[in-house]
Amino acid sequence: MTNSMDEVLKAKVILVIGSNTTWNHPVFGSLLKQAVKHHGARLIVCDPRRIDLVDFADIWLQQRNGSDVALLSGLQHIILREGWEAADYIRERTEGFEEYRKALEFYTPEKVEELTGVKAADLEAAARLFATSGVGALYYCMGITQHSHGVDNVKACVNLALITGNIGVEGGGVNPLRGQNNVQGACDMGGLPNVFTGYQPVTNPTAVEKFSKYWNAPLSDKVGMTLTQMIPECGEKIHALYILGENPMVSDPNLHHVEEGLRKLDFLVVQDIFVTETALLADVVLPGVTFAEKLGTFSNTERRVQLSIPAIKPWGNVRQDYEIIADLAARFGHAFPRTPEGLFQEIRDLTPSYAGITYDRIREVGIQWPCPTEEHPGTRFLHAGKFARGLALLTPIAYRPPAEEPDVEYDLVLSTGRIYEHFHTGSMTRRSSILDAVVKTGHVELHPDEARKLGIASGDRVIVATRRGRIETTAMVTERVARGSIFVPFHFAEAAANTLTNDALDPIAKIPEFKVCAARLERVSSQGG
Amino acid sequence: MHLTIDGRVVDAVAGQTVLDAARAAGIYIPALCYHPKTGKAGRCRACVVEVDGLRGLKESCALPVKDGMVVHTATPKVMETRRMVVDLLLAEGHHNCISCQANSSCELQDMVYHLGVERPSFLIESEPTPQDLSSPGIMREADKCIHCGRCVEACQNGVVNEVLAFAYRGSHARVVCDDDLPMGDSTCVQCGECVQVCPVGALVLRQPREQKIRPHETTATRITCPYCGVGCQIDLHTRDNRYVFAMAHENQWERQPNKAMLCIKGRFGLDFVDSPDRLRTPLVRRDGELVEASWDEALDLVAERLKAAKEQHGADSIGFFTSAKVSNEENYALGRFARAVIGTNNIDHCARL
Repeated sequence: MTNSMDEVLKAKVILVIGSNTTWNHPVFGSLLKQAVKHHGARLIVCDPRRIDLVDFADIWLQQRNGSDVALLSGLQHIILREGWEAADYIRERTEGFEEYRKALEFYTPEKVEELTGVKAADLEAAARLFATSGVGALYYCMGITQHSHGVDNVKACVNLALITGNIGVEGGGVNPLRGQNNVQGACDMGGLPNVFTGYQPVTNPTAVEKFSKYWNAPLSDKVGMTLTQMIPECGEKIHALYILGENPMVSDPNLHHVEEGLRKLDFLVVQDIFVTETALLADVVLPGVTFAEKLGTFSNTERRVQLSIPAIKPWGNVRQDYEIIADLAARFGHAFPRTPEGLFQEIRDLTPSYAGITYDRIREVGIQWPCPTEEHPGTRFLHAGKFARGLALLTPIAYRPPAEEPDVEYDLVLSTGRIYEHFHTGSMTRRSSILDAVVKTGHVELHPDEARKLGIASGDRVIVATRRGRIETTAMVTERVARGSIFVPFHFAEAAANTLTNDALDPIAKIPEFKVCAARLERVSSQGG
Repeated sequence: MHLTIDGRVVDAVAGQTVLDAARAAGIYIPALCYHPKTGKAGRCRACVVEVDGLRGLKESCALPVKDGMVVHTATPKVMETRRMVVDLLLAEGHHNCISCQANSSCELQDMVYHLGVERPSFLIESEPTPQDLSSPGIMREADKCIHCGRCVEACQNGVVNEVLAFAYRGSHARVVCDDDLPMGDSTCVQCGECVQVCPVGALVLRQPREQKIRPHETTATRITCPYCGVGCQIDLHTRDNRYVFAMAHENQWERQPNKAMLCIKGRFGLDFVDSPDRLRTPLVRRDGELVEASWDEALDLVAERLKAAKEQHGADSIGFFTSAKVSNEENYALGRFARAVIGTNNIDHCARL
């Protein structure tokens, strides 16, 4: 996030797109509702599903799945047409305006209505509200990124925030809500194929030299493969895989391909706290420990580095995850620090944005990076006064439809995601007795119209099928989904949504298109039958 | 600025209330309806004090500090009022500390103890209201409710889930879920915020009760929630090295990302740490089966096979999936292992999934 979560209380207008906030980030959802209820913020929700946040919205735009670029560009088209843009900000802080403006000409309200299904009048009202209410904050989640044009979606969000002058401003910003407790940290630590810690590129000779010297080892300056590229290369370019605390056998698209790939490996190591679906395929499984047994830092969605203290002493023949890695490194003649604080010191030495953070400083309250020195208070919002690249680039974006759209054979749009009570591949929440008691297994949300057409009632067993696979699950008839759309949560291995999903990737981010593919429904039996 | 409370000179800052300043100085003033998160409510009259130059009793939770103020927290008039507050509450509720889960972590009990009330002055015979056990995580007991309104305020305006409200009138007034539904049948999302602010035993977590462990018998340790990216700060309550229950961490709550709020997952979804399914020993595959192995066996095998893959197919034939669930330190360590030990940039994690 460019800004902090509690800055939402300072926003005058909030646009939420592709985020079912009250289910997936419930506590931030509460702050957002506080902003609307107590601080007079206006709220625009853009989502194909009638998510709970719609109850708090001034305007709900129900775009078709995968049409976000058209929706966001349509808003911008109107803002420029009406002269509501922040002209000084555009002049002083951005570049590329002319080319960008030209690309926007395509997105007339009529054209956008045709592409998104959103009425031109509603679009006009939303554009006016967002551009003329004062400081505007934009929040998004995987509904924006998990598309074969996910990068275009993000750029369209950034463009909207830029032309309204909302980046580098308290209470504004472009704020992706991150879905894992340390996904921000994993990225910050260089858990990506193209960067070292603190986003220092592996292709930058100065960075390579710095890390090579510090680690006393020669390093590759070639960008590596992403997770979504490695899986299909298993048995081809990839011969051995080391998986730490991930469960691709449930989380990745097109699971039949994932399993095929993992089986082709010469060697698979999984380090985890449970024998997950993925660990079952491993040659070696190494027992690590849970969050409750760890000393170490986690970086949240607002870049806040927080120290977590072990509450439980691990028992059995398990080891701390850093210890396992150090033990392995020792077998290669490398001496790794054997304490979390020792590792954190190395992170500080190598990562300017973390350099000023110490365990002592964050014993009670975390600090938001960048924090370059021990005197620095941390950074609540980014890009104040100046962008990292100097001027922000306004990018022209051409509309691209999803990789797979409904047709005669597969007539519905399938979207996948999370529900409130469960998390990701379910390996933690499904082993929690209360959460398991509340929601035992998976389901498919379908609209009452579809239900009538197919003779399906809530509780019936149904087959969801796509070109990749089929699952049997339980029907949930609800007006939460649009006509012609269905939604399947992906937490449940026994009815794994990712058997169905399309592994079409965004060409740049290599993110899979979890939010749109073509599917069909078949009734198996009525409730109990 | 300074004020004098019960003869002691106490530091205060503008914007604080007399209650804040007294508590910061370690001076006990009971407050049943006021909670830092839900603010002043003006319902309970427990926090009244006398102030030189001001007429009558003043509610300290609503009284802003002023330089030079002279406050008395234990005058006969104050104590008489507090005693009446307690007497009435004890009379109309069923406050049985012997069996109550909130025993030793109850603000009403603290107040009674401080006042030295040995037995209530009045007793009203009433039919007991059954406990509401319809919700898997939370137990409600209407007879223990003191109508302070904290839970209603927190549900309506803090977490803004808008489920709890006051209903009915006079002596029938009580807190209900939606249109007076059992909690488990209502629109309650079980965030547990009501339990977090309840001063007594009217709203309690079921986990401690089912384990027969009272909250005060546990040790709290602050951890970061393992679920979404909000990074909620949670007090994990344990006893004998086992998970018992979770509460939001309240120390400096305004500066914490979650403002001492949680959702159903952070509140109730952490018992997996003690799951019997936990992997407690390394496993290696022998004759097609995963079997238990020693650490040396397992790690030697991993080292050997990674070395072989590197020799045979090069460093880029090895891939690493690091994790959005492990710490920064551990992500850093695996990154260093992939890059400096193996020599590949093939490292990624589930950020895209």
